[in-house]
Amino acid sequence: MPEIFRAEHIEKNYGTFRALDDVTISVEEGSIYGLLGPNGAGKTTFIRIVTQITAPDRGEIFFMGRKLTPDDVLHFGYLPEERGLYRKMKVGEQAIYLARLKGLSRTDALKKLKYWFEKFEMQSWWNKKVEELSKGMQQKVQFIVTILHEPKLLIFDEPFSGFDPINQALLKDEILDLQKKGATIFFSTHNMASVEELCDHITLINRSKAILSGEINTIKQQYKANLFEISFRGNPEGLKSSLPSGCSLVSVEPLPAGHKALVQMNRPPSDNELLSALLPAVHIDSFREVLPSMNEIFIRVVENASANQF
Amino acid sequence: MNKILLILQREFITRVRKRSFIIMTLLGPVLFAAFMIVPIWLATQEDKEVKVIAVADSSHLFVNAIPPGDFITFVYPQSVSMDTLKNQLLRGMYYGILYIPHNIFASENVLLFTVKQPSLSTRMYISNTLKNMLQDAKLIKNNIPPDLIRSIRTSITVGTVRLTEEGKEKRSSSDVASIVGYAGGFLIYFFVFLFGAQVMRGVIEEKTNRIVEVIVSSVKPFQLMMGKILGIALTGLVQFILWVVISLFLYQAAQQMFFPQLSKTATQQALAQNVMEPGAGKNIVETPEKPMNVEENAEAVQMFEALKHVNYPLILGTFIFFFLGGYLLYAAMFAAIGSAVDNETDTQQFMLPITVPLIIAIFVMIKAMNDPDSSVAFWFSIIPFTSPVVMMTRIPFGVPAWQLILSMFLLVSTFIFMTWLAAKIYRTGILIYGKKVNWAELWKWIKYAG
Repeated sequence: MPEIFRAEHIEKNYGTFRALDDVTISVEEGSIYGLLGPNGAGKTTFIRIVTQITAPDRGEIFFMGRKLTPDDVLHFGYLPEERGLYRKMKVGEQAIYLARLKGLSRTDALKKLKYWFEKFEMQSWWNKKVEELSKGMQQKVQFIVTILHEPKLLIFDEPFSGFDPINQALLKDEILDLQKKGATIFFSTHNMASVEELCDHITLINRSKAILSGEINTIKQQYKANLFEISFRGNPEGLKSSLPSGCSLVSVEPLPAGHKALVQMNRPPSDNELLSALLPAVHIDSFREVLPSMNEIFIRVVENASANQF
Repeated sequence: MNKILLILQREFITRVRKRSFIIMTLLGPVLFAAFMIVPIWLATQEDKEVKVIAVADSSHLFVNAIPPGDFITFVYPQSVSMDTLKNQLLRGMYYGILYIPHNIFASENVLLFTVKQPSLSTRMYISNTLKNMLQDAKLIKNNIPPDLIRSIRTSITVGTVRLTEEGKEKRSSSDVASIVGYAGGFLIYFFVFLFGAQVMRGVIEEKTNRIVEVIVSSVKPFQLMMGKILGIALTGLVQFILWVVISLFLYQAAQQMFFPQLSKTATQQALAQNVMEPGAGKNIVETPEKPMNVEENAEAVQMFEALKHVNYPLILGTFIFFFLGGYLLYAAMFAAIGSAVDNETDTQQFMLPITVPLIIAIFVMIKAMNDPDSSVAFWFSIIPFTSPVVMMTRIPFGVPAWQLILSMFLLVSTFIFMTWLAAKIYRTGILIYGKKVNWAELWKWIKYAG
């Protein structure tokens, strides 16, 4: 897949505070890309640089293979973490206004809004003032306004933080739908469940630096602890004694039928070797390698980075 | 540019559609017209009914002697007690009882009993008439013929004629210039505060609504700021023009309604007299024997002449220029302040650079009305932060072209510089929440890269 945008060696300082330090991120077209990191790591600053709300002190951004220009924001759909609407303005009027700021004509905006308002069954809100809508309804309006101009690149800053669970689910579905239609989605989050569910690639930022970057499955392989989870029927002692050298039993717990064991493999034999050593001793119901969750990786990497700092 | 226009449009339309805008636009001229019409109307109305005043004169000096006025006559009931008179007053036989004590020479005090609150003109008439009579009586007592004194009494009217550079003579009136200058300067002061504060509130509203970041992802912060400032400027301009148009219309209508008997020019003369002079309605209750009437009328006519000679296109043109220039200069500062705070109560600490120059401008304006070519008036009409108010005050008196051009040029350059500076603060400020910001912080923002 070709890349849709690449940020190269981005640096941003606020006075003496360095908010971003030599951050390079490349996003493939059509992917869902997660930007992770603890609070204050620099995620929002990075996003504001990509959306050209602020300028970097150093570094460059490329979009569709060329340098980013001010007009490129028309191809972006940005949902900031701090979001809202004019409370006194009517929903329809406001949606048209925001769409026109994104470069749509009034007629185009009307046509597209009609489609989305029908899809979410919210035609009756058109002439209501925003302040008359519930928070959840306002979020829907906000989301529609963000994607209305069919942007190539969608940038969401903490999209799941402000939304209620129903709209979070809706948002997830829409993100996957938009990806199917060819859009690229770049979002920052603390919500690790959504990362596991949605992202193909991530970058983890900590203390202004990108400390981990890549495809999720590759990262998981990289951080796996060579743990295997085995459900079996038979004697746990028998299992323990038949483990090949270099493998140790971490824990055994009883299941309704049989037991579940966690085995740590310290030398690199193949998992087949382990499996064939165990097969004569016990009856194996399931055998799988335990991959670390993104949450575990996140905490481990951030803690390691902090430990190295001091 | 196109986006600034879109933002300008929204700012303008949402403001113009507001009920408060419509009410203010309609009510402003009504109040203004009422302010102009009511005193004249009252002055012409109140004395139409003839007031009969019973004189109870213990000094016996004024019996059958007080001259009646246009709408006031005096009767002198003999050998009636005060109590009877009061009863008659209560029954409505008289408008009032004028009690003159026997020691009037010493006390110089009389009492007027009335049921209704007596009008100012009634009191003025009695006071003026008795004063003249008492003065005459005193003169006679000292063997000085009153006629002699009257012929000595002098009043000088200074008619002013300005020679223009082309050598033409121009009737002018410094009173008229003062009033036009004051009105212009004060309106600018008022508009800058009124509409500047609207810019600030608009910025704070966008910040608290949290819509600002959504918008600056589509447009540059500078475009958002300029769109808002220009949109509100247009609102202000439209409101001002509507005020002028509606005021003129109301003025004409009121004139037809309240003074149909007066020919147009006569009304205008009366207006020139009554509105322009302090103590409106004075002429109507002038004592008949006072010989100054002609001169006063001459002065009024002269003033009316001067009003006709005011260079309205110049005044209106420069007013709109200085109104826009002054507004734009301060609006940028208001926008920067709005961006730096989370709510309106936090704005106080930053308001000083706005309020101080404007208040100084008002003080200088009052000085400039008396002495428009003093060095203070000159300098403050050149310095951009005070020039809109002070220059507006000086213009009706006549200002050399080079001063006007210099002042305008400096105003425009300062406005551009301030907008550039304010945009830097604004750009950072709108994205910062929950932080107590001080001057040092603002200075840091100015230095951040775009």
